[in-house]
Amino acid sequence: MQEAIQAAEFAEETTRFMPPREDVEAELLDDTSIWSSLKSMLKNNKLAALSLAVIVIVILMAVFAPIVAPYDPNFQDADNLRFAAPSMAHWLGCDELGRDVFSRLIYGARVSLVIGLVPTLIAMTIGTVMGLMSGYMGKKVDFIIMRFADIVLAFPSLLLAMVVMYTLGASLVNIFIALSIVKWAGTARIVRAQTLSLKEKEFVEAAKAVGVKKWIIMMRHILPNCIPNLIVLFSLNIPDSIMSESSLSFLGIGAVPPSTSWGLMVYRGKQYLFNYPWLTLAPGVAILILVLAFNFLGDGVRDALDPYLKD
Amino acid sequence: MSELQKNEELLKITDLKTHFFTHKGVVPAVDGVSIEIPRRQIVGVVGESGCGKSVTAMSVLQLISRPGKIVGGSIRLDGRELVGADINEIRSIRGNKVSVIFQEPMTSLNPVYTVGRQVSEAITAHQAVSQEEARQRVVDMFKAVGIPEAEKRYKSYPHQLSGGLRQRVMIGMAMACQPQLLIADEPTTALDVTIEAQILHLMKQLEHDFGTSIMLITHNLGVVAEVCDYVYVMYAGKIMEQAGIFDLFDHTAHPYTKGLLNSIPKPTAEKRRLYNIKGMVPNLLRLPKGCRFSPRCEYARPECFEHEPELYDAGNQHLVRCFLYKNGGGPA
Amino acid sequence: MARYILKRVLISIPVLIGVVFVIFFMLNVVPGDPVTLMMGEHIKPDLIEAFRERMGLDDPFIVQFFNYLKNAVQGDFGMSYKLNREVSGLIFQAFPHTLKLTLWAALVAWIIGIPAGILSAVKQNTLVDRGFMTFSLMGVSMPVFWAGLLLQYVFAYKLGWLPVTGYKTWQAMIMPSLVLGWSSAGTIARLTRSNLLEIMKNDFIRTARAKGLKEGTVVVGHALKNAMLPVVTMMAIQVSSLLGGAVMTESIFGIPGLGRVAVSAIGDRDMPLLQGTIIFTTMLIIAGNLIADLLYSVLDPRIRVE
Ligand SMILES: Nc1ncnc2c1ncn2[C@@H]1O[C@H](COP(=O)(O)OP(=O)(O)OP(=O)(O)O)[C@@H](O)[C@H]1O
Ligand SMILES: [Mg+2]
Repeated sequence: MQEAIQAAEFAEETTRFMPPREDVEAELLDDTSIWSSLKSMLKNNKLAALSLAVIVIVILMAVFAPIVAPYDPNFQDADNLRFAAPSMAHWLGCDELGRDVFSRLIYGARVSLVIGLVPTLIAMTIGTVMGLMSGYMGKKVDFIIMRFADIVLAFPSLLLAMVVMYTLGASLVNIFIALSIVKWAGTARIVRAQTLSLKEKEFVEAAKAVGVKKWIIMMRHILPNCIPNLIVLFSLNIPDSIMSESSLSFLGIGAVPPSTSWGLMVYRGKQYLFNYPWLTLAPGVAILILVLAFNFLGDGVRDALDPYLKD
Repeated sequence: MSELQKNEELLKITDLKTHFFTHKGVVPAVDGVSIEIPRRQIVGVVGESGCGKSVTAMSVLQLISRPGKIVGGSIRLDGRELVGADINEIRSIRGNKVSVIFQEPMTSLNPVYTVGRQVSEAITAHQAVSQEEARQRVVDMFKAVGIPEAEKRYKSYPHQLSGGLRQRVMIGMAMACQPQLLIADEPTTALDVTIEAQILHLMKQLEHDFGTSIMLITHNLGVVAEVCDYVYVMYAGKIMEQAGIFDLFDHTAHPYTKGLLNSIPKPTAEKRRLYNIKGMVPNLLRLPKGCRFSPRCEYARPECFEHEPELYDAGNQHLVRCFLYKNGGGPA
Repeated sequence: MARYILKRVLISIPVLIGVVFVIFFMLNVVPGDPVTLMMGEHIKPDLIEAFRERMGLDDPFIVQFFNYLKNAVQGDFGMSYKLNREVSGLIFQAFPHTLKLTLWAALVAWIIGIPAGILSAVKQNTLVDRGFMTFSLMGVSMPVFWAGLLLQYVFAYKLGWLPVTGYKTWQAMIMPSLVLGWSSAGTIARLTRSNLLEIMKNDFIRTARAKGLKEGTVVVGHALKNAMLPVVTMMAIQVSSLLGGAVMTESIFGIPGLGRVAVSAIGDRDMPLLQGTIIFTTMLIIAGNLIADLLYSVLDPRIRVE
């Protein structure tokens, strides 16, 4: 035992005279953690910082909607306010039932954010578990899971989501289900690839040799190394989910009244596009800004974590 | 004037400083290096990994890109200043008068083009020759660098060749315009020992046949002993010792060079033990005060931790950056 | 090479069967009796029974599935409940419109996306780069349907330059192609840029510079071909997202393509039609993947030889 340790020490020291490839990057990375590289990214990348600010504001508005919104989003005054143009009292005007568009927009943010987060989380959890099992267990498990992933990925995601919505019926919860079904496969593929390469690493081999249980190895040794990848995937999946929801709602198979969503607002507003354009303009701009903010932030996150991603 | 130029070395690097401006701070990868390469000589540059050998080499052809920058010093080729020269002028020198063989033969060739095309490109970039003539010259060059079936290999893609053959292709590319100076950056590190011997032999022959000077970068003192005429020993961005090949091995002066020499395994030694210089290569962002080797030096004295030594003359073109040689003396 | 193609084709067959199975499964567990849907509420029970039998609706699920598969292979996707016509006929009527739209959009996407990506990469971190990338990200972040409505409002309603909807004239195709193309252009530009930047870090780029080549030759001659290889693969993904986006575009601009058919099939709860359209669309995507794969192997010498 003693000898083995000495031999290892020698081996390690002698390698110093070999030129290790990419020593440059290793050196620059040495004591940076994921968290601090994200922080320094926010400091350097103004666009990402601004995007984060926008997202935080939208989240706050959604959470405190009853306080922030000037009116009850479902209060109708069809007689006086039907199609009221934007004014000081109603910043973004009123809709066909005389409801305040701005207030509805604020409540609609709740849907977009929840849709951005919940199905993404569900899908990524499923995808991560599938990817870990597929990569680590290999053989039949791998084969079956990956063929399923192939099939899911063969569909255009919007069409698959449409079929799910057709089967389950239009509702918010069903959107969660539809998007989770559509989105798990991408995560699974990436986690699998990473698991395959980590499986060969010494620390996993060592744990295996000592007889650590499979699922403990997956959770303790492999999963933590997938985290940078998962963070990036998460930040890029959120805008995608928001976009999918708005598309489904726009086709009339997403959120259903009385719950409101930005996509649904565009859908209902489009009939009055030429006469009352603010009904479509406002929710569309809201989607654009939120999705853009998530995408900018996601880009920043990916760049910041780039050194951790390649393995 | 012309008389002066004739006497000047082929390449004269003076006080070169190449720094990398990373977000963690400035990395002085090359920190005041002076190297001279006379005509028809093979000059070695040795040192541990990360000491700035490659950066020095790439500075000569201004192949440093962001975040790196040459921040000071001069590089004169045939008396012509290259630092701050027009990019078109540099381009006309690259691959023509001065060429480089890079450290990584496996990745230095473009995977989507045939090797023949890539080498002939080096010719057509500098000389107005027809495609056919360029092709013929590439085939001849392939033969000269010992590539078997040169005609057939012309049409090969890099992934179809072994590491040794690729390195020969790289050498062929470097020699295509018969440069005055060949910079070989660890040309054999990635290869096995037999191929290494063949490649080194080939380089010696090229120097002999074409009169090309060679700057041979390596971390392997064995390679240096085999082919070099004069040697520079680099450590953390600075030259620590420079000497003729025999002086370096027979009158090794700097403690760092001694460490390097001792760490070559000697099977004849009584106890077969691997020797290592203790400690680690310093982080260039946090260089120690005083001599940069002092934290690892067996002979370090108080002044070594305070002041940076200069290059002291030990006679016979032998310079040493160590206080032990301040007055021409040496360690006991 | 022939073996490689054969292998790729063979691999995609089980995926295709899986796709049909998934769709078939999901649509056949849907509540609601198709016969009532098709024939109306007030129909004699014995008539319904006879019809169910003729349609094989009482067979076990798996038998139904294999029957469907068998017919589908022969190009028979059943009858539309609502329109009482062959689904395959409806698909072939709609497909040319979708094809035309996606081809135009793809053209827009490539003509804008690739040069924008190259320019951004070459001028990395300059104003040009920022501008193009913001524009690209806008394309990616803007809902297709909303962009469509916006264009309609401005160019059709306010300026009156283009027809609001339609598909017969080239003027009518401008807005749909732009709307659909823009989002893909964004993706392509971003991919081209990041690939090119990644490739430019390679050792062989340094070799090309060290040879004394001009920077333009280095970028166009040495980096671009490598960088475009993944972009070719991207074409496959583009087929998928273009067809997905076509659903929205068609429904806004009133183009009677596959997407429009699928959406109205959902509205009418016309299961065979929806099923047929989606299976057909997915087939197109799998074919797109296949073609991209083969193209990649033709372009990349590392794969070609094997
Ligand atoms: N792109 C870069 N960014 C930041 N620092 C760099 C970069 N390239 C090189 N360096 C720094 O320059 C130092 C010298 O690197 P160089 O490649 O010249 O070492 P070397 O002596 O050639 O080592 P090796 O034997 O491994 O090839 C490195 O320690 C590294 O810190
Ligand atoms: Mg090097």
